[in-house]
Amino acid sequence: MTATDPIKAASRPVPVSIDPSIAPPGTRNFRDAGGIPADKWHADQNGETLVPTHCCFCGVQCGMYLRVDKGGKVFGVEPRNHDINRMRLCPKGINAYQQVNHPDRLTAPLMRRSRDEEFKECSWDEALDFTVSEIRRIQEAHGNDAFGLLGGASLFSEKTYLVGKFARVALKTKHVDYNGRLCMVSAAGANKLAFGIDRAGNPFSDILLTDCLLIAGSNVGECFPVMTQYLWGARDRGASLIVIDPRETAIARTADIHVALKPGTDSAFFNAVLNVVIAEGLTDEAYIAANTTGWDEVKKTVAEYPPSRSAEICGIPASQIVQVARVFAGAGKAMAWHARGIEHHSQGVENCLSVINLCVATGHIGKPGAGYGTITGQGNGQGGREHGQKSDLLPGGRSITNPEHRQQICQIWGIEESELPGAGTSMMEMVWQMQRREIRGLIGICNNPFVSLPNYAVVKDGYDTAEFHAQFDFFLSETAANAHVVFPVTTWAEDEGVMANAEARVVKHNKAQEPPAGVRTDTWVICELARRLGAGKHFDFPGSREVFEELRVASAGTVNDYYGITYERLDETGGIVWPCPSTEHPGTPRLFEDGRTYHADRKIHMQVVEWHPPMDAYTEEFPLSLTTGRTVAHFLSGNQTRRLGALVEQTPRPWVEVHPSHGFHNGDPVRVVTRRGSEVFPALVTEAIRPDTVFIPYHWPVPTAANALTIDALDPRSKIPEYKVCAARIEAAERVDEVPAPPTAPGHEAYPEAQVSRTDPLPPTSPQGRGTAERS
Amino acid sequence: MMGRTIFIDPGRCIGCQACVSACRECDSHRGKSMIHLDYTEPGMSVASLPSVCMHCEDPVAPCAEVCPADAILVTADGVVQQADTTRCIGCSNCVNACPFGIPKIDLQAKLQMKCNLCYDRTAYGLAPMCATVCPTGALFYGTLEELQAERPGVQVADSFVFGDVVVQTGVAMVVPADKVQWPVPGGLPVVEVNGVDVR
Repeated sequence: MTATDPIKAASRPVPVSIDPSIAPPGTRNFRDAGGIPADKWHADQNGETLVPTHCCFCGVQCGMYLRVDKGGKVFGVEPRNHDINRMRLCPKGINAYQQVNHPDRLTAPLMRRSRDEEFKECSWDEALDFTVSEIRRIQEAHGNDAFGLLGGASLFSEKTYLVGKFARVALKTKHVDYNGRLCMVSAAGANKLAFGIDRAGNPFSDILLTDCLLIAGSNVGECFPVMTQYLWGARDRGASLIVIDPRETAIARTADIHVALKPGTDSAFFNAVLNVVIAEGLTDEAYIAANTTGWDEVKKTVAEYPPSRSAEICGIPASQIVQVARVFAGAGKAMAWHARGIEHHSQGVENCLSVINLCVATGHIGKPGAGYGTITGQGNGQGGREHGQKSDLLPGGRSITNPEHRQQICQIWGIEESELPGAGTSMMEMVWQMQRREIRGLIGICNNPFVSLPNYAVVKDGYDTAEFHAQFDFFLSETAANAHVVFPVTTWAEDEGVMANAEARVVKHNKAQEPPAGVRTDTWVICELARRLGAGKHFDFPGSREVFEELRVASAGTVNDYYGITYERLDETGGIVWPCPSTEHPGTPRLFEDGRTYHADRKIHMQVVEWHPPMDAYTEEFPLSLTTGRTVAHFLSGNQTRRLGALVEQTPRPWVEVHPSHGFHNGDPVRVVTRRGSEVFPALVTEAIRPDTVFIPYHWPVPTAANALTIDALDPRSKIPEYKVCAARIEAAERVDEVPAPPTAPGHEAYPEAQVSRTDPLPPTSPQGRGTAERS
Repeated sequence: MMGRTIFIDPGRCIGCQACVSACRECDSHRGKSMIHLDYTEPGMSVASLPSVCMHCEDPVAPCAEVCPADAILVTADGVVQQADTTRCIGCSNCVNACPFGIPKIDLQAKLQMKCNLCYDRTAYGLAPMCATVCPTGALFYGTLEELQAERPGVQVADSFVFGDVVVQTGVAMVVPADKVQWPVPGGLPVVEVNGVDVR
């Protein structure tokens, strides 16, 4: 059939900006002849400026432009052709800019002398003086360690460095930790044990070169969507894809092998895979002999995990274990990437070590297209712990218990070694200490434990027991709503600084607008508190640049060497991967190319891994596994994304994902009960989950908080909570619990309707973002 | 002959709705998305599929053909524009005529709205917002040669059969190489509909 009508005329004049003789406007040639760079286009059109920066959310750290109007306000986003993401953005990245001038922003310090009072806006002097007087009162009565500090891995590295220094030098307390503790510390611990360096071994671009990609415990499609382009790029080249996940996620759907194992059985699985690799003679003995220690012990241990035994533990066919072993070990080049799915366990370090053992034993390491990596959940999950924010680390990844390391840092900071506190405890342990009144005061910066820590009842009790609690935030989070003082601080678009992404690539965020009146940078607040505590001479930093200069020097000569990285170099490049010891050094995107590691003997230390059951025992009363995770529209505790209209529309509420065999229909109210409590969610009935497992996304507060149900058991080495598995049961309920709106500050009584839902005549695409049809 | 256009690859879609969010950010219709994300086997699989306007070429876009107010105009380079606000009467004829179910009516404004291939961007040589941001490449903007250079062996379809009408589109679908000749009801290069050979 051919066209019957003449083509109608164009609806409006076409803007002319390329040579019309070559490509007349209104023709396809005109469109094809384009090439006007993105950073010129809007400026030409609207007089706006585009500020190059990065997304504030996950560990991929996509490059983006923030659109700034003539008045200097951020009002939009434009994709940026950065090395990491090559224009791609996920829905969180696209909507992130809406936080910057959101009506919920805190614009004056809030204060109250007890939790019975309402918050009142106050001056900065009042808030700072009250905080300092409470710190002094508590520390004089109960010792310096009675006051704690909790930082965050969404802070720029400069700020995480300041948090660590402030705790040790100004507060003189050993109790400092950060919410990256809830993120990838298991992987960090495993990497340190095996390789002596705490980062991924390969850049993302190596994924494109591999022949076999193993993804363990990572819902890449929803948690790190922009990484998918690397996965599909590898697939285009013919690489096979193996996905280990109890749920059939978007990437598992297209995998060559999807192993839907029972949550909490990962190391039993990987031990069995290595068992088969050995049995079939697929190990790289020459590599092992030249570069490793501990292989004999590992071999002896995995002999105890034949496929038949692990298949039973994992609830999968033994044939899948054999298949994975043959495909992974038999590939020319193979890579393993993992994330929270195997790390959020009481055996998180072991799980990561079992993956490392597999990569090393098959010789798939230290080559283009062969190696391992962990995908960080938070923007600066990697950089956040590198410079002393973690309880046991000093800047440069130095150990706080190593006398030589202590001496080095004290020299840089200009304090006596005897003044430097020792190792503190982890984030969850600090909450337990608050319950026991060992820690009586706390400052929280950029974290929201009321949603993000497990076992909400314990967390609430710990915070309620604390005599004083101050919080830095730009929205009133659920945790900030519990505080005595809330400091309104800047968003990522109102300050400059660096973050290290999942590849350990250091990228620079640039300032796009001035902060609103009344808002200060975290750097200013920390330095001001230090000054009032009498430590001002150690905190004379006008801005991030000065902090970064000290951080560079403090990291020089360490494994996490930033010395060669400068703001100027970061502005000129797409980011630099540490270690980077000199300003001429190009950075180190791929590790172990010469087989040498960062241990004293330069070998890979293979570690024995024994599987043990999850901490929460299954019984007749609690027969199911509850596992938790993210949804693509929301980020961590949701404090930032639960206020952005498009993201709220996309995923307005949590749900419980259940297998059809339980007899529920879509949308039925289902009560999920664990030993910590019970909550009611609408059912999402799907065959994409194991029958013995249920799943809840964790971005919402009580009464729909997954973390009110999860267990506060910790990995003994990394102290990461076991979010990904606990014993549960489900039962029919009367009605679904309501999702509470985020708390509002004084002067913001009405939650702004316009931000919750834009007028959109189109029907919603899917009520919950995933398959949702009624099943009969 | 296809020039620079959108190629939709449902096999790559992860249902993240970055395209929907990006479409909302596009200056020509800020605040509203012109993309739908459909779940093909809800409850069975997480498979999903983004739908943009297919910019029908042959016969000339059915939506434009049936518009009594001549509000839907087609540019010389084949882009089927959204309704001209000064002409549209909100009658919904275009909604009924579109074989792909794309145009929607804003009942309050009595105005049809649909994807116009980000004409304000593509006219300047930029990719549409949806295809620019799509994290997986499920929406790809470029020429067939560029697509095939990136994805060796990929096959596409730009003709769809509805009853006895074959619709040639400006936007193309990526189809699995070994499935190109399979009859797929409701779209793709179909050889048989309701038992009738339509080749």
